[in-house]
Amino acid sequence: MLLIRCPFCGPRDETEFHYGGQAEIAYPADPSALTDEEWAGYVYLRDNPRGWFHERWTHSAGCRTWFNVRRHTVTHEIAQ
Amino acid sequence: MTQRLPIGGRVDRTRTLRFTFDGVAMTGYQGDTLASALLANEVRIVGRSVDLGRPRGVFGIGSEEPNALVRVGDDPMLTATTVELYDGLAASGLAGKGRLDPGFADDARYDKAYLHCDVLVVGGGPAGLAAALAASESGARVILLDEQPELGGSLLGARERLDGRPAMDWVAAAEARLSGVQVFTRTTAVGYYDHNYVVAVERRTDHLADRPAHISRQRLWHFRAGRVILATGAHERSIAFPGNDRPGVMLASAARAYVNRYAVRPGTRAVVFTCADSAFAAGDDLRAAGVEIATIVDARRGETVTRTVAGPDGALAGVEIGGRIVECDLLAVCGGWNPTVHLFSQSQGRLRYDQNIHAFVPHLSAQAEQSVGACRGTYGTAACIEEGYAAGGSAGNFRIPVSDARHEQPPAALWTSGAQEEAFVDLQRDVTVADVARSIGAGMRSVEHVKRYTTAGTGADQGKTSGPGTVGVMSALLGADPGAVGTTTYRPPYVPISIALLAGRERGILSDPIRVTSMHASHVARGAVFEDVGQWKRPWYFPLDGESMDDAVLRECAAARTAVAAMDASTLGKIDIRGADVGVFLDRIYTNMYSTLAVGACRYGVMCTADGMVFDDGVTTRLAEERYLMTTTTGNAAAVLDWLEEWHQTEWPELDVSFVSVTDHWATVAVVGPRSRELVTSLGVPGDMPFMTYREVGLGGVAARVYRISFSGELAWELNVPWAYGRTLWETVLERGAVPYGTETMHVLRAEKGFPIVGQETDGTVTPQDLGMSWAVSKRKPDYVGKRSHARPDAMRADRKRLIGLFSAERLAEGAQLVTAAGMVGHVTSSYHSAALDRPFALALSRDAHGPMEAVWDTRRVPVEIVSSVFYDPENLVRDGSPSTWPVSHEGDWLLDRPVSALDAYRDRFAVAGADAVVRAREIPLAIMRETHGADPGEDAMRLGPEWWIGPAGDVDVSGQRTIVELTGPRARDVLITGCALDLDPRVFGVGAYVQTMLGRAQVILRRVDDDAYHVYVRSSFAGYLAEWLLDALAEWSHT
Ligand SMILES: [Zn+2]
Repeated sequence: MLLIRCPFCGPRDETEFHYGGQAEIAYPADPSALTDEEWAGYVYLRDNPRGWFHERWTHSAGCRTWFNVRRHTVTHEIAQ
Repeated sequence: MTQRLPIGGRVDRTRTLRFTFDGVAMTGYQGDTLASALLANEVRIVGRSVDLGRPRGVFGIGSEEPNALVRVGDDPMLTATTVELYDGLAASGLAGKGRLDPGFADDARYDKAYLHCDVLVVGGGPAGLAAALAASESGARVILLDEQPELGGSLLGARERLDGRPAMDWVAAAEARLSGVQVFTRTTAVGYYDHNYVVAVERRTDHLADRPAHISRQRLWHFRAGRVILATGAHERSIAFPGNDRPGVMLASAARAYVNRYAVRPGTRAVVFTCADSAFAAGDDLRAAGVEIATIVDARRGETVTRTVAGPDGALAGVEIGGRIVECDLLAVCGGWNPTVHLFSQSQGRLRYDQNIHAFVPHLSAQAEQSVGACRGTYGTAACIEEGYAAGGSAGNFRIPVSDARHEQPPAALWTSGAQEEAFVDLQRDVTVADVARSIGAGMRSVEHVKRYTTAGTGADQGKTSGPGTVGVMSALLGADPGAVGTTTYRPPYVPISIALLAGRERGILSDPIRVTSMHASHVARGAVFEDVGQWKRPWYFPLDGESMDDAVLRECAAARTAVAAMDASTLGKIDIRGADVGVFLDRIYTNMYSTLAVGACRYGVMCTADGMVFDDGVTTRLAEERYLMTTTTGNAAAVLDWLEEWHQTEWPELDVSFVSVTDHWATVAVVGPRSRELVTSLGVPGDMPFMTYREVGLGGVAARVYRISFSGELAWELNVPWAYGRTLWETVLERGAVPYGTETMHVLRAEKGFPIVGQETDGTVTPQDLGMSWAVSKRKPDYVGKRSHARPDAMRADRKRLIGLFSAERLAEGAQLVTAAGMVGHVTSSYHSAALDRPFALALSRDAHGPMEAVWDTRRVPVEIVSSVFYDPENLVRDGSPSTWPVSHEGDWLLDRPVSALDAYRDRFAVAGADAVVRAREIPLAIMRETHGADPGEDAMRLGPEWWIGPAGDVDVSGQRTIVELTGPRARDVLITGCALDLDPRVFGVGAYVQTMLGRAQVILRRVDDDAYHVYVRSSFAGYLAEWLLDALAEWSHT
C-alpha cells in the first residue's frame, strides 16, 4: 500500500488515488498539424523505465487534485 | 498417564480444561497449547504426512510447526502448537492437509482496523521489549506486537536468570514501564509492504471457550509506521538424516520450552543431537525436569545421528550413532538457528549469508526499518536487549541486565547426516535430501527451481524450519557456498490466514457498497426485481402478480408507447459546471458544439478519449449563461468527473470552469408516453415546453428542474427534485397513472430507436462514426478530444465494424457471433422482443452489412436480416405527443411537504445500536449544504480542495448530495478506525479537524466536532451502505 502525498491533503493511502500515467506529456498545440505517426506517439507511446518515473496521480477520493509524483518503479520509493 | 510435571511452568493448575483429540477425552491446564496438552497426555502421533502417510508428532512450539496439523471445530487446518487450549476444545489430527467443508458458512465476525505510530516493534521478546521501552521513553508513539498470549518471547521457555532473578521478572518490570505503548498480544505480523505498511492478525476470541458473537473473532490490523523495529527472533533448524521426521524427534529449543513453559516432558529418555551450543542448555533443562539424557551427540566432535529407529507405532524408539542403536523416545535436534528474516525480506531488504553463524541475516534495509536481536543473528539475551535499547532511541536511560546463560560459540554448519532417502528437508511437504539431489541431477541449480520441482517450502508453514535447510542441502550437494545458492522469495502472509479475515466486514450486503436512490424503498415495496448497474441497485422490471420478466417488460413497453410510464432515472451522473469558459471547455470535451447552445436548451453529446473512441454520452443543458448541467451514464459518473478535472487541471487551467457533482442531490423521475403531458401538467409542469428544453419549475412547492428530453422516442419529461422529495414525487407520478418501468424496458425502448448504450454497444474500440453518429461530431470545431484520431487511417477503414439493425425469426443471444460467407464479421450487442413491432430485433456491430448472414451462439445458427438500426418512428413523429393532449399548465393542488431522509429507515436501528456512554449513532437531519469553487464563502465552510468549499453558504445547492451521521461517545474513534485508514489519534486529528477520505468503502467527509463526537458526511446514495456498515461496527459496543 503506497503512501502518496497529495499536495493539498497530505499523505494518503494509494487506494484514495487514481493513476494518470506518465507526466509531462502535453496535449499537442495543434493536433491537426501532426503526422499520423506523431499523433500515435502522443496517444499510445509512453516510457516504461526501470527506475525513476515521473507520473501523474489524482486524489479522486479526496480533493480531486491532479499532481505529479516521482516514483521508483522498482523500489516504489517516492521522491518528496 | 501424564508427562505433566508437578510444579513449575506457566500453566494454571487450578484451572483444568477438558478437551478431546480424535474423540478421546483428555485434560490440560489454562495456559497450555493444544500441543503441550497432547504431549502431557502422551499423544506422540498427531497426524500423518501429506504424501507418504508417515506418522508425525509435535516438532516445534510455535508458528514454525510443520507437523502437528489439526482440525479444531470448524477450522480445517491449524497447527497444534498455536492453538491455545480452552475448555471443550475438540480437535482431530490431519493427514497433511485439512479439508474445507464447502457447505460450511463461517458466521463469526471478522474486521479490520488502522493505526499509525512513530515506531512499530514486531516481537515482544527481550530485544523487542527493550526497543519498545526505549522508543516510548524517547516520546515516540509506539506499538508493540507479539504473537504469544503474553510478552517475553524466548524467555517464556527458558530458565535463564537476569541480574540474578528469573528472566520473566525482567519482562514483567519492562512491561510495567510500557504504559504509553499500545501492546497487542496474540497478534502476528503477516505482511510488510511498501512505505512501512505492516499488516497483522489479532486473534481476539480464538482462545475463549465461549466466544462472544458480537466481538470480531480476528482483526486484521493495518499499521503505518514511521519506523519499524523487527525483533522477530530466530527459528531453530533441523538436520536431515533418515527418519528425522518420526514422532519424538523435536527441535531442541521446543523440547526445552515444553518442560520450562508448560511443565511437560516431551519424552522420558532423550538423545540430544546438535551442532550448536544452545542444545546443551536444552539438555540441562530436560535433565532438570527428570528426562533421562542418554547422550548428547555434538557434530562438532565428529559424531552424528545417522538414522532413527521406530517402535511398533512408528514413533521414535531409538537412534543410530556410530553404528550402534541408542534407545530413546525423544531426539532433541539442533542444526543451528535461522534468524526470522521473513518480514525483513518482505520489506525488500537484502539478505547476506553469515559464515560465522551459518545463516542468512539482514544486510541492507529497503525501508525505515531496523532488525534487532536474534532476527539479525545476535546471540545471547543481554546482547539482544542492548540492541533493542539502542534501536529504540534512548539507550542511555537503561542498564543492560547480566545474564547467567553460558556464552554460546557459533554453531557448525551441518545440513545432512547419513543416507539421502527418508532424510527429510521439508517435513510438511515430505521432501527428502534424495528429492533435492534428484532435482540437482536433473540440472536445476536455482533454489527457486528446486523449490518448484520438489515443493520444498511450499507448505502452509512456508518452510520456516526447512527453507534454509533446503539451501544448505543444495549447497552441500553442489559444493557451493549457501550464500551463492541464495534463498527463495519470502512472501506474505507469514502465517496462514483465512479468506474470511481478509474479507473482514466486506461480506454479504457489505461486500461492495450498494447504492440506492431516494425512491428505493418504494421500488422494494412494489416488488421490483433489481439489476446491478455499477454499485447501484436499479429496478430491472416491476412484475405484477405471477408475471414473467418477458411479460412484465412487454407490458411496461406498451404503457410507455401507448399511455404513460415512469422510470427512476436518478442514477444518471449529474455534474454542475460553472464558469465563464464552460462553453469553450465543453466544445473541447464533447465531439459536438455546446458554446452555441441557447440558455434553457438541452443537447445530446458524445465524448471520446484521445484515441477517438467513445468514452461517454449524455444530455447536457445550458442552465444559465455560465452554467451547464452535464449528465453522464450511470456507471461512468465518477470517471467522467475525473476526466473533466484532468483536462481542466492538467491541460487548460486557464479556463474558468469548475465542477460540482450533484448526482445524489437530484432525484429524477422520467415520465414517458403519449399521455405523459396530461400527467406532468397536473403536477404543475408547463405542457408547452419544446423538445430538448429545460425549465425551473415549482413542483408541489419545491424548486424542481424539468427537462423535455427523451431516451425512448416518446413524448417524455425528466422531473428533478432534491433527494428528500424524490420518493414522494415518484409515488405521486404513479398515483396519477404512470406505469413504473425498469432498466430492461428502458433498454428495449432506446434500442427500438437505435440509441446505443455506452458499454453495451461500445467497448472502447468504437468511434461515434462507427455508431452512425457522425451527426454528433462537429466538422466546424478546430479540435475536440479525439478529433485527430478520427482522421487516422484506422478510424477511416472501410471495413470497421458499424452499428446495424437485425431482424430474425427468434430472439438472438447478446454476444452471438455474426457469420457470413466471409467468416465472422461481428457480434450482437443488444437483443430484445419488441412490443411495438411485435417481433424480436437486435442491434449489432458488424464489418459487413450484406447478407446472407447468420447469428451463431452455443449450438445455434439463426439467419438474420440486416435492417436499419432505427426500428421505431424513424421520422421522429411521436416525440412531441399529440397536439390534442396539450392542456395548458395549471398549478397542481398538491404539496411535496414530506421530506424523507436517506436514513429514514435506520432511525430505529440506530436507536438500539451501541450503548450510552460508549458509542451512539444518529442522523443529523437535512442540513443546508452548498458547494463553492473559488474564495471561502464563509460561515464555517469546510475546505475540500484548493478552491473547493462546502458549507451553509455558497454557489451550488448540494443539500441532498450528502447525508450526515453523527457518532458520539468515548468509543466513537474505536468504531471509526475499523474503516478509516487515516490517523485519527486525538493528538493528530483535533477537535474541528475534517478530512475527505474513505470510511469502509464509502467516500466521506469526516469531521471531529467535539472530543468524542464526529460527523460523517456520506453521499446520500451510499447512506444505506454506510448505515449497515456502522451498525455492524457498533455491534461490538452494543453489549457493554
Ligand atoms: Zn487531496
